[in-house]
Amino acid sequence: MAKTLFQKIWDAHVVAQEPDSPAVLYIDLHLVHEVTSPQAFAGLRRRGIKARRPDRTFATMDHGIPTSSRDLPIVDELVIKQIAQLEQNCLDNDIRLYGIRQNAEKQGIVHIIGPELGLTQPGMTIVCGDSHTATHGAFGALGFGIGTSEVEMVLSTQCLLQRKPRTMEVKITGALRKGVTAKDIILGIIAKYGVGAGTGYVFEYTGAAIKALTMEERMTICNMSIEGGSRAGMIAPDDTTFQYVAGREYAPKGADWEKALANWRTLPTDEGAGYDATLTLDADALEPMITYGTNPGMGVGINAPVPDPAGLADPSQRAALQKALSYMALEPGRPLLGHPVDVVFIGSCTNGRLSDLREAASLLKGRRVNEAVRVMVVPGSASVKRQAEREGLDKVFLAAGAEWREPGCSMCIAMNGDELRPGQYAVSTSNRNFEGRQGKGGRTFLASPLTAAATAIAGVVADARSLL
Amino acid sequence: MNKFTALSSRIVPLAAENVDTDQIIPARFLKVTDKAGLGDNLFADWRYNADGSPRADFILNQTPMKGRQVLLAGDNFGCGSSREHAPWALTGYGFRAVISTSFADIFRNNALKNGLLPIVVDRDTHQQLFSLVAEDPETSVSVDLATQTLRLPDGRAVNFPLDNFSKSCLLNGVDEIGYVLAMQDRIVAYEARAGA
Ligand code: SF4
Repeated sequence: MAKTLFQKIWDAHVVAQEPDSPAVLYIDLHLVHEVTSPQAFAGLRRRGIKARRPDRTFATMDHGIPTSSRDLPIVDELVIKQIAQLEQNCLDNDIRLYGIRQNAEKQGIVHIIGPELGLTQPGMTIVCGDSHTATHGAFGALGFGIGTSEVEMVLSTQCLLQRKPRTMEVKITGALRKGVTAKDIILGIIAKYGVGAGTGYVFEYTGAAIKALTMEERMTICNMSIEGGSRAGMIAPDDTTFQYVAGREYAPKGADWEKALANWRTLPTDEGAGYDATLTLDADALEPMITYGTNPGMGVGINAPVPDPAGLADPSQRAALQKALSYMALEPGRPLLGHPVDVVFIGSCTNGRLSDLREAASLLKGRRVNEAVRVMVVPGSASVKRQAEREGLDKVFLAAGAEWREPGCSMCIAMNGDELRPGQYAVSTSNRNFEGRQGKGGRTFLASPLTAAATAIAGVVADARSLL
Repeated sequence: MNKFTALSSRIVPLAAENVDTDQIIPARFLKVTDKAGLGDNLFADWRYNADGSPRADFILNQTPMKGRQVLLAGDNFGCGSSREHAPWALTGYGFRAVISTSFADIFRNNALKNGLLPIVVDRDTHQQLFSLVAEDPETSVSVDLATQTLRLPDGRAVNFPLDNFSKSCLLNGVDEIGYVLAMQDRIVAYEARAGA
C-alpha cells in the first residue's frame, strides 16, 4: 500500500497498539532543556528509577541562561537553581549535557544543536519538552513537542502514548523571488490559513519551492509548523538532507552510513499515497511577510496595509483583530513600512543559524544601524557563533553598531532579562508575537533576517529588496 | 494523576480566541523547579497591573468569579508552547474544566494528564453558553464524564467527545507512566527487533 512519509515513520515505531487505546510509540531521540524538565526528573526520583536510555537522551541549556558574557555571574536565583538542577539530573541519570559549564563549546538552542551534532536523522521519532521540536521534521523525521508529564514518560520508558494524527500536505509551488525567504513562506502559509489550521494534523511540506531549499531554510519552515497549529511538520529527505547529515559527530559512519542511507531513501511519500487535507501557496507571488498582530497568523506582505476590523464580517474575528491592534497601538489601513521600531532581534531556533546571520550581515556590511534602534544578534549555538566569527560576521555586526551576544533563546522568550520594555516595538526573526512574549507590554513584528537587517539600518520597518 | 468524575459549577467567561500559553502563564514564571504556586500567576499580564495590583477589568478579578471551576474560552484555546505550566496554573487556580470550540493539540494532552477536562462543544452551544452567562452571571453547568455530557441550565444535555482511553484514565486516576512501564517486555522486544 502506498504510504506517506509520516505513515512510514509511524508504522516503524509502534511498540504496541491495544484496541481503543493510543499507540505506544518508540522514541529514538529525546532532547531535554532546563525549563520543562525539572518536574519530570523529580517524578523519576519519586518512582526510584533512572532514565531508561541515556544514550538516546541529550540535554542543553538555552531558555533561561543569559546571553551576556559567560564570564559574568548569573544573578537570577531561579535561573541558577534551574541550571544546577539540570546539571545534577544529567549527572544522576548519566545524560550527556551541553551546558554552560560542561561541553560548552557545543551548547546552544536545543533545535539548533540537534541537527548540528548529527543527532537529528531521517526516519527518527524525536521529542522534546518544547513545541518547536517540529524543526527536526526538516530531515524527514517525526519531531514534536511534548509536555513535562510526557518528558517523564519518555525518560522512564523511551516511549510515548500517542493517538495517530491526520496528515496535511502543504504544497509550495513555484520559486521564491529575490529578497523573499523561507521565513516568508511559513509566515505566508500561516497568514493564509490561520493559527489553528493544522490542529490534529501533521504537515508535510512538498512542492518545487521546498525541494529547492537548503537544510537551514527547511528548518526555518518546519520550525513554525506549530504556529500553524500542527505539532509536527516534515519534509521528505533527499540528497540535500544526506549531504547535511554526512560526517557530523553522531551521524552513522562507514558501513552503517551506507545502510542508513539505503533506508532513508525509502522514506519519501510513495506515489499515490493520499493526505487527509492539502494547503497550497504560490512562492512566485510571495512578498516578504511581516506580522502586525498578536498571533503569528496576523501577517501581511510588507507593502500591504494592516487590515481593518471593520472589514471583517465575523464578530469574534473582528473583536480579536480590534484587540490585537489596540495592544499593538496600530492604525488599520496603512502598511507597517516606515513604522518606527526600538529593537531588532536576530536569533532564535527559527532564524539563529549561520545562513541567517550571513543574510543579515550581507546587508549590514559597510552600513550603520540607526541610532534609535537597539540591534541584538544572538547566534543559535556556540558552533554557529564560532563559525560566524571565523567568517568575520561578528566584526560586521559590531562595526555596524549591533550587539554580538552569547548563544541562547534570549529575546525570543524573554526569560533571561533580554526583553522589550512596555510599549516598545521590535522586528524579530523569532516565531511568536503573542502579547508580552518578548517582554511585558512589548510589541513584536515577526519577519525574516533580511527584513530585520533592513529595519535595523532604516530605524523603521523597511523592505530589504531596496538594499539588495 | 488527578481523577475527574463529575462537577457542577458556575462559569468564568473569557471571550478571547486563540488564548496562547504565554497569556495563560507568561514565560518569566517558568523559572521554577516544581509545580506549586503557578495559579497565582495564571493570566498574570491580563490580571495584574505593573505594580502587582489586580486589574478591575479582568474577569478573574470580579468578585463572583471566585471558586468557579469551569472556564469558558474562545476558539483554539492553549495554542503556542508545550509548557505544562499552563494546565498547572489553571488547576492551581482551581479550574477543573475548560469549554471551547477547539483546543491546541499539546495543551489538550497536557490538560488531560492533569485532571483538567477540555470540553469541546459546537459553535451554537458555545455561543449559547456565552449568552447565558452574559444574561445571568450565576449560570451554572454540570459535567458528567462517565456519560460525556454537559448539562445546561435549561436541562439540555450536550455530549462532548473524548476518547475512551483518556476517559478511563481520568475516571480512574490511572498513572499512564505506570501503564507503559508495565509494558517493559514489549519495549525490550521492540528494541531488539528495531536494533534500537
Ligand atoms: S528560541 Fe524561542 S522558540 Fe526556540 S526553543 Fe528557544 S524559546 Fe523556544
